[in-house]
Amino acid sequence: MREALNQWDYVTASYVVAISSVLTLILWAWRAMRSAEKRRDEVKRK
Amino acid sequence: MHGYANPTRFLSLASWLTPLLLVSGAVLTIGALAWGLLVVSPDRLMGETVRILFIHVPSAWLGMGGWSGIAISSAALLIWKHPLAAIAARAIAVPGMVFTAICLATGSIWGRPTWGTWWVWDGRLTSMLVLLFLYAGYIALAQASARDGGSIKIPAIFGIVGAINIPIINRSVVWWNSLHQPPSLTAGKSAIDGEFLVPLLIAVIGFSLLFGGVVLMRMRTLIAEMQVEARLRRRALADDGPQNQPIQRRRVRDA
Repeated sequence: MREALNQWDYVTASYVVAISSVLTLILWAWRAMRSAEKRRDEVKRK
Repeated sequence: MHGYANPTRFLSLASWLTPLLLVSGAVLTIGALAWGLLVVSPDRLMGETVRILFIHVPSAWLGMGGWSGIAISSAALLIWKHPLAAIAARAIAVPGMVFTAICLATGSIWGRPTWGTWWVWDGRLTSMLVLLFLYAGYIALAQASARDGGSIKIPAIFGIVGAINIPIINRSVVWWNSLHQPPSLTAGKSAIDGEFLVPLLIAVIGFSLLFGGVVLMRMRTLIAEMQVEARLRRRALADDGPQNQPIQRRRVRDA
């Protein structure tokens, strides 16, 4: 029996994995940067 | 290069460079991926799955390029003692690891319809997996060194030694039999048709700019954390009063 492969399923899965990972990475780095710089400014002001 | 060793000068440069890299990277990446998904025609042999090329190749390039960056920064730290080199190496590690993981995941997804298997233990795939483990090891080592006040030279040496894996990944498809195709892009030559090559190059540039933006954000985070720590330590020393200060400092002050 031959397995029916829809190639678009694999393409979609790849794009979802890559785009969601990159977006999560950017968001995580941006939030970490904002929170670290905010903390530095607070410590400077005290 | 040493002009930017001053964190203040570096931060003023990074404050406008970070959004520039992120926005231009996002525009180029979205454009290239839309082009790859919607415009290019299916490949004669691989069919629609050829579109995975536009994310798999840039992530492979950035996984290897990231470690090369760690090795260069580590060398700059050990040879010239550049103060930002250790921060740059630490900042590269997480995005480098993420892009290596994307490369492995998309390669595995691509392998199933193309080779009929998700994974094979051949030279290219195994050496890329080793790179993922090297990133994990480097991140753990650099964090432990920063937290426990250990020598920053240890992760730097690890970064340089780990770079041995980069030429192994690059040449693996030439040295050993592999299901993975041989190099399609070599110096001045391309086995990829122009229809695929142009969006691929744009995707590589776009993802690289995003990578650069993330590295700058990580560097700004690490610098801010170090500045907070230094300020709190100075304040704690001042609050302790002269009786608890190191003897040598008291002697200097008394003299």
